[in-house]
Amino acid sequence: MQYLLLISADEDLAVTRMRDGAFASFDTWIADLEQRGVLRAHVGLHESATATTVRLRDGEVLLTDGPFAEGREQVGGLAVVDCTDLDEAVAIAAAHPAAAFGQVEVRPVRVS
Amino acid sequence: MTDDVERALADTFAQDWGRLVATLIRLTGDWDLAEECTQDAFAAALRTWRRDGIPDVPRAWLTTTARNRAVDRIRRERVGAEKVRSLVVQTDELDLDVMDSGIADDRLRLLFTCCHPALSLSSRVELALRTLCGLTTAEVARLFAVSEATMAKRLVRTKHKIAVAGIPYQVPSAARLPERTPAVLAVLYLMFTEGYAATAGPHLVRVDLCHEAIDLARALAALVPDDPEVAGVLALMLLQHARASARTDVDGVLVPLEEQDRAAWDRAAIDAGLAQLRRAVRRERVGPYQLQALIAACHATAPTSADTDWVRIVSLYDELVAVLPSAAVQVNRAVAIGMARGPQAGLDALDGTPDHPLRHAVRADLLRRLGRADEAASAYREALTRTANQAERAYLERRLRA
Repeated sequence: MQYLLLISADEDLAVTRMRDGAFASFDTWIADLEQRGVLRAHVGLHESATATTVRLRDGEVLLTDGPFAEGREQVGGLAVVDCTDLDEAVAIAAAHPAAAFGQVEVRPVRVS
Repeated sequence: MTDDVERALADTFAQDWGRLVATLIRLTGDWDLAEECTQDAFAAALRTWRRDGIPDVPRAWLTTTARNRAVDRIRRERVGAEKVRSLVVQTDELDLDVMDSGIADDRLRLLFTCCHPALSLSSRVELALRTLCGLTTAEVARLFAVSEATMAKRLVRTKHKIAVAGIPYQVPSAARLPERTPAVLAVLYLMFTEGYAATAGPHLVRVDLCHEAIDLARALAALVPDDPEVAGVLALMLLQHARASARTDVDGVLVPLEEQDRAAWDRAAIDAGLAQLRRAVRRERVGPYQLQALIAACHATAPTSADTDWVRIVSLYDELVAVLPSAAVQVNRAVAIGMARGPQAGLDALDGTPDHPLRHAVRADLLRRLGRADEAASAYREALTRTANQAERAYLERRLRA
């Protein structure tokens, strides 16, 4: 089964934590998943202030400066993992460095 | 003959419903299909057993019938030849020995899946009561004070999440057992307490639920023998359930602990409970279930009501309230204080407790013992508005008339 890991945290806190060495444990996390062959995709994102939110209303494209959801907690990265079950996906999510100060939402990927 | 068949079916339902559904889920991987085919098998049994007699091993007959029914259904719905083949292969190995050795596993598998931490606590309990204990959706709905339609939707949502999110149908690995066991204990104990004091209905005790919970706790204790809280839960259930037959009188009216006929308590169950409790406390990691079992043991070992060691019970409640400050624990602590230090002290302790269905009945009892009859009467009336259990209501009404 494939799961999307939606990694989010307080952005200011994330910057501090990454500077203070969370980068190293992040590399370990990625390396382990790659070695196990379970990582299908992974992207890290620029901070939410760089986001543009797009809506189409009455045929008109409306742009908003910033993420669709306001707030301190913002998505900072996405990963897709291929696991046998939710337990394995949860273990992977718990090992992500951001789980220690933010959160990881685990969502099953719809198979068409 | 008819009565025999109905009785045999009712017994098998109470004992084996959870096992049957658990096995069918393992074989089919489909929760709804498993429940429906188990239901169908019971319906078929009513007809066939009346005609052909009750089979030697009713559970085996029902498992085979439910499995055949599942094969038929899957074939008819053209889910695919592959699934049918794997079902047939798996069930060919289903002789009685294999069934008996695998069945405890199936039930634990179902229990751990229902109690997965990715489900909310109420979802876990609802699903366990419906799937494992065979309560109807209407009964589960009544327990949670929602309509049957709402509960049906909630159960569908929970089963949908299990299927779609890939919650595994298995007993967790030994490494994960310690983190997964507390959720299972919580559900088992809720199951037991619902059996011990049914929220609604004509009977105070739903023996089938108590037995199921005790049985599952035994299976769990065999799986995790080193967890003192598992032994604690089992001890607590055994000690509480030992009093079952003394807790109502011939008219089905609740009899309070101090007035119960202690000779009617189940001595064998008490001894078994005390043995579990000794095993548990030896490990010196005392948790809330062991504390409650220690309190139950004080009652179970007191030769008469007057011999009850209320001072020790109060000190156990003090320890319990520190780790489990629930409304029920606080109210029961006030009861103990009322017995140890007199009704006024009990009333003072009750003053600071949060609202709980039992609170008014306790207050009424303490006021009665203080001779404040008018206030007691109004508290008994208030208590009556808080329970739908007929045995409890009859007791409160009797007090009100006295």
